Amino acid sequence: MSKIKVVHYINQFFANIGGEEKADYPVTLRKGEVVGPGMAFASSFGDEAEIIATIVCGDSYFNENIDKTKAEILSLVKDLSPDVFVAGPAFNAGRYGVACATLAAAVQEELGIPSVTGMYEENPGADMFKDKVYIISTKNNAAGMRDAVKKIVPLALKLAKGEKIGASIEEGYMPGGRRVNFFEEKRGSERAVEMLIKKLEDEKFITEFPMPDFDRVEPNPAVLDLAHTKVALVTSGGIVPKGNPDHIESSSASHYGEYDITGVDDLTESTYETAHGGYDPVYANEDADRVLPVDVLRDMEREGVIGSLHNKFYTTTGNGTAVASAKAFAAEFAAKLTEDGVGAVILTST
Amino acid sequence: MVKEIERAGIPVVHICTVTPISMTVGANRIVPAVAIPHPLGNPALDRNEEKALRRHIVEKALKALSTDVKGQTVFD
Repeated sequence: MSKIKVVHYINQFFANIGGEEKADYPVTLRKGEVVGPGMAFASSFGDEAEIIATIVCGDSYFNENIDKTKAEILSLVKDLSPDVFVAGPAFNAGRYGVACATLAAAVQEELGIPSVTGMYEENPGADMFKDKVYIISTKNNAAGMRDAVKKIVPLALKLAKGEKIGASIEEGYMPGGRRVNFFEEKRGSERAVEMLIKKLEDEKFITEFPMPDFDRVEPNPAVLDLAHTKVALVTSGGIVPKGNPDHIESSSASHYGEYDITGVDDLTESTYETAHGGYDPVYANEDADRVLPVDVLRDMEREGVIGSLHNKFYTTTGNGTAVASAKAFAAEFAAKLTEDGVGAVILTST
Repeated sequence: MVKEIERAGIPVVHICTVTPISMTVGANRIVPAVAIPHPLGNPALDRNEEKALRRHIVEKALKALSTDVKGQTVFD
């Protein structure tokens, strides 16, 4: 039997090309090459499958030109005509996760080639595509590579062979909302009583009907009178006074910063910088207004377009920061903003 | 963060480059930005042009804040 043909997609970081400074690395096909995490996949595939090509693309390059890059990669995959397409795993790297999930879903949907990827459950790529393609749930950093490979490989092989895929809990992928009928050994009443007893005894139990998590907030009404409204700036782009006085972490931030900009008309290279470790900091360090537009809002304040620019801004780094942390930060500073009479917020993200 | 600010009752606009992420996160008013490392700038332009570009995006953001929306809306 001939080996199953696999095409593997990875970003510039896992291809050892570079970090953020290389995130604009364009799509590159490495035919016949096994690169980075591909090594672990290859050894796990053994004689059953081989990686016939690796496609590498920078995370910013992909996300800034999603449609174009997607089309380019689809055409490469089409020519290679593999039996299965594997992307990532991306762990908690947001742009990488979006790239992996977008591509896996597109390869499957548009080329009819089964696909699988892997990432951390809070990666935005997961929510966007888990109902469209198999996404293996991984740890939030590359220390979880072995574990991820161990789950992705059997699923990829099953997909390539057209074998039956088990439930999400058995295979390790994120539930995608698909329902499959099967016969349970015990009848419903028995299972329900068992669950109830476990619950009463504070033991772990697995519900058969998880409630959906719709965390949506209704939009507030429009601002009626901008010229008399105090506008505040918030950013997840990590803009801080030069030297990062509060040591906001470059990723997985544990806190946010509150900084006074009374009398500041313009953020300059000598006064502000970014603490964010998830994008190329050169442009933000050169001129932080590119992330936090203090200069134009000051102009608009003088011209009377807005009532005023709030004298404090709030900042943290968005990369790898847990959703629960971000939520807690914002709940806290939103209360301060309300107290300070802020009527509108501009939040910028990198 | 966008949602918590909205939940506190303050209208908020999210300026970001990868708008699908903003949709997933749950922002209601979304304005597309220039690029990930410089959402409100473009180092290829000269300083005045760049500032005009930034002003244009901020104006769009203010317009979004002044517009009633029913659900998630991207202001292109």
